[in-house]
Amino acid sequence: MTDQSTDRDTEREVGRGRLRKEDARLVTGQTNWTDNISVTGLLHIAFLRSPMAHARIERVDVSPALERPGVVAAFSGRDLAEGLGSLPCAWPVTEDIVLPDHPPVAVDEVRHAGDPVAVVVARDRYAAADALEAVEVDYEPLPPVLDLEAALAEDAPLVHADKGTNRSYVWPLKTGEDYEAVKRRADVVVTRRFHQQRLIANAMEPRAVVVTPLAASGEYTVYSATQVPHILRVMLAMVTGIPEQKLRVIAPDVGGGFGSKLQVYGEEAVALEVARRLGRPVKWTESRSEGYLATHHGRGMIQDIEVAATGEGRLLGLKVELLADMGAYLMLVTPGIPILGAFMYPAIYKMDAYDFTCTGVFTTKTPTDAYRGAGRPEATFAIERIMDELAAELGLDPVEVRRRNWIRHEEFPYDSIAGLTYDSGNYEAATEKALALFGYDELRAEQQKRNERGDTVRLGIGVSTYTEMCGLAPSRVLRDLRYGAGGWEAASIRMLPTGKVEVVTGTSPHGQGHVTSWSQIAADVLGVPFEDIEVVHGDTRAAPQGMDTYGSRSLVVGGSAVHRAAEKVVEKARKVAAHLLEANENDLDFTDGVFTVKGSPEARKTIQEIAFETFTSHDVPDGMEPTINAEHLVDPENFSYPHGTHLCAVEVDTETGRTRIRSYVCVDDVGRVINPVIVEGQVHGGLAQGIAQALYEEALYDDEGNLVTGTMADYLVPVAGDLPEFVTERTETPATSNPLGVKGVGEAGTIASTPAVVGAVVDALRPLGVNDVTMPCTPERVWRAVHSAKEASA
Amino acid sequence: MIPPAFDYARPTSLDEALRVLADGGEDAKVLAGGQSLLPLLRLRLAFPELVVDVGRVPGLRGVREDGDTLVIGAMTTHHEVVRDPLVRRHAGLLAAVTRTVADPAVRHRGTFGGSLAHADPAADLPAAVLAMDGELVVAGPGGRRTVPAREFFVNYLETVLEPDELLVEVRVPKADGWGFHYEKFHRVAQSYAIVGVAALVRRDNGRIAEARVGLVNMGATPLRATAAERALAGCDDTQAVARAAQSAAEGTQPPRDTSGSSEYRAHLAQVLTRRAVLTAAGMG
Repeated sequence: MTDQSTDRDTEREVGRGRLRKEDARLVTGQTNWTDNISVTGLLHIAFLRSPMAHARIERVDVSPALERPGVVAAFSGRDLAEGLGSLPCAWPVTEDIVLPDHPPVAVDEVRHAGDPVAVVVARDRYAAADALEAVEVDYEPLPPVLDLEAALAEDAPLVHADKGTNRSYVWPLKTGEDYEAVKRRADVVVTRRFHQQRLIANAMEPRAVVVTPLAASGEYTVYSATQVPHILRVMLAMVTGIPEQKLRVIAPDVGGGFGSKLQVYGEEAVALEVARRLGRPVKWTESRSEGYLATHHGRGMIQDIEVAATGEGRLLGLKVELLADMGAYLMLVTPGIPILGAFMYPAIYKMDAYDFTCTGVFTTKTPTDAYRGAGRPEATFAIERIMDELAAELGLDPVEVRRRNWIRHEEFPYDSIAGLTYDSGNYEAATEKALALFGYDELRAEQQKRNERGDTVRLGIGVSTYTEMCGLAPSRVLRDLRYGAGGWEAASIRMLPTGKVEVVTGTSPHGQGHVTSWSQIAADVLGVPFEDIEVVHGDTRAAPQGMDTYGSRSLVVGGSAVHRAAEKVVEKARKVAAHLLEANENDLDFTDGVFTVKGSPEARKTIQEIAFETFTSHDVPDGMEPTINAEHLVDPENFSYPHGTHLCAVEVDTETGRTRIRSYVCVDDVGRVINPVIVEGQVHGGLAQGIAQALYEEALYDDEGNLVTGTMADYLVPVAGDLPEFVTERTETPATSNPLGVKGVGEAGTIASTPAVVGAVVDALRPLGVNDVTMPCTPERVWRAVHSAKEASA
Repeated sequence: MIPPAFDYARPTSLDEALRVLADGGEDAKVLAGGQSLLPLLRLRLAFPELVVDVGRVPGLRGVREDGDTLVIGAMTTHHEVVRDPLVRRHAGLLAAVTRTVADPAVRHRGTFGGSLAHADPAADLPAAVLAMDGELVVAGPGGRRTVPAREFFVNYLETVLEPDELLVEVRVPKADGWGFHYEKFHRVAQSYAIVGVAALVRRDNGRIAEARVGLVNMGATPLRATAAERALAGCDDTQAVARAAQSAAEGTQPPRDTSGSSEYRAHLAQVLTRRAVLTAAGMG
């Protein structure tokens, strides 16, 4: 494969580090954030939430709240159940999955701290919040269900008593040879248990929803800070029974999601229901601490992983048994998140047997669902960490163990043991580049010196040679996984009479910069200036078809759709140009937006001229529709597989347990790059989030099931000052499964970095007898690991 | 979050402020920079009937000299303390400690006196003022009184301030010639210290003549590591300092929370005291 970056025409938009068109409005806030939207007569909703993890609701009386000043209405869960169905789960991963009812506001039982029990509607936000105190609720406490293993015991208290079990599903995947058979011929078997702590997404913009009803016609416009306006529209129609054609969903500019806004939330359904009942516009905006309880969490798994290998470190087989914390309910794609990971445990390695099982478990905690990377970071963490442990077991360098097992460049396309076809990759190139930038050998030498001296501050080196599956997703694969929708994406191009262009996309950006990247793609194909293009998104009326934004899919699938739609425009324009220039279509050249007749370059028509000619349609070819606008839907033929090598050096103060990242180098291969500035930004943010899981963030519950990390004072989100300077480089191996050669970059940094950092911490402490530190590697955990290793050796 | 309803007063003189506070009684709360009170209001952890904003009361802001004493107005912002040349020259420890408070936004609004009056043992400044043997000047209906820092902090978020009193200024003896260092151990830049150690050291002929060690987040109030201070006197090398620092947590009852256990805090106090003292003494 050729490196396209070297021979690229410098005049082309694709590959240019354009500053983002949308940033002026996003950064200054001069835009329609949902909470900025105000309309006449707007009412405000507040939710009364359960203070208990698990309780039977004996009585709810909202009437005292009605007496409070400014209150217009109040509803219990039972009141609302008359109009609202259960919230949807679109991914029942097995036929016999236990799928409990999920009322948007609890009716008989609350099942996690923060589960809503009543709704107050008032003239202003303060009045609504104050009146919550007047709602009377009697709870009969029930035992909380907090521990995943205890939840599966015979006599465990049940989250959903009517279901008779806390086990939601068991999902197996066994491929290749029999694992137990290959294990018998292995020289070495390494087993580990890893914990994926619960994480809480911290989008800069909290969730918010505004619903404006048009009572006369029964139409509703729902503005929501969502990643998925199209999915939300379908689901809200189902939950409320409002005919879909009467619902318009708009995701205005949205300030971050990280998966937490890939959801159909009860608050959205309630807002719509309240607007329907009252015939008044309503708004709800969550506070940060409310969001910590009510916005879905991420991760939350116990991973038992085992590898069987030869004495030379060649993998024979891999066995993974997951317990995945569903939380209290199955939300939109809750059960499917660990299943996405199932395909990624084998990562970039070759082996003969793979044996995977995931058990979904209910607990009385906030439901889990997508969180940046969604299943794939968890898988990558476990496999990369156990590769470190295999290396340690055999006394090999961790990079060498990876090299002995990875798929070689000449072996692509390669069918992975998990059943994916990796279309392209060059692990050798990315790794060599990363090792050189990092100064791997020099750091190893320094590490050895420090170990020999017995320094109190140890040096550790971590490596992650990750891959991921992006570009979700081929619809037929989704069918096989029992996912309830397709994975296609839509784009249309409108050539305006004045020669300007509107690109309509079905993706729904919430910080990714689609407006800029899509403009770059369309500009090159159409030959129009970057500045002449506007991108329309996130409105089911203006951009009626789409599958929205998640899973590093937007560029791979949606960007490809933009590219194809633009090509269609050119083909239509070619017909008009040929007609006007009285030439054969095949005799036309099209360069930089201009059609010329081969051999007579003075005979020319710009695409803008064609747009105007088509607008008037005074002289278009006979039988042609009077438009050069075009639409294209892409259903991807395969996933895309970004990969790369990340290296992290940490200094661990063994006296205090503090970890400081000294250097971080990543070489990512995300295929062809549309905009290097945006790619770098995605990598930086991704690294910050992955490092946060490794060192800082954790949603913690106490023994009663209360969330004790309920504010940003306790849930520690790192800021720029806590992070090192990143060295970010790339190799560029184009994907072969889409016309742009792109792979997606939204999750790469998050997926890759967590094991690199934790691996480095463990590497620093290994000479002291430590072989794992549970995430996040807090100073106290590290200190205790050192401490207990010292005691063990004494 | 949405704070509960409260009345709001913004007096423009000290007398008026004291009058408003006296009228408000137990249900009034002073608003200085708002960096502690507003989060409490938003989380509905505080329900004052009256918030008295003293931001317009003249004469409470700025730093001046009074002989061997530095006088810091209660409404002087953290940012101003960090930048103040008098503080830097005569009370370098305060500048060093204040530089670590939260983040720049907080340091531009939060005030020196506000942090002391709030009396959060996890905050940086109370232990620093305690280490400096500072005095707090309090105005009330009967006039002014001066309270040594050792007596000012009573319990968790509790001081000797009466509801009708206002902290107006803080007097710290100039620490010219003393070495100083602050060891703040925290997990992310803007978070509170798990443990902090503020050290002041006076050396004489290569030995530590006197050491003062303030402890952050090692109990319900800011504390002095008195046992360690006694043991540090006379130390002349790093090993002696390390031995003396082992008594840093003596007599403390460190809290236990999501950032650390009591046992871990006690351990940190020893390590950080050793490091802070060695650096302050120029022996690190």
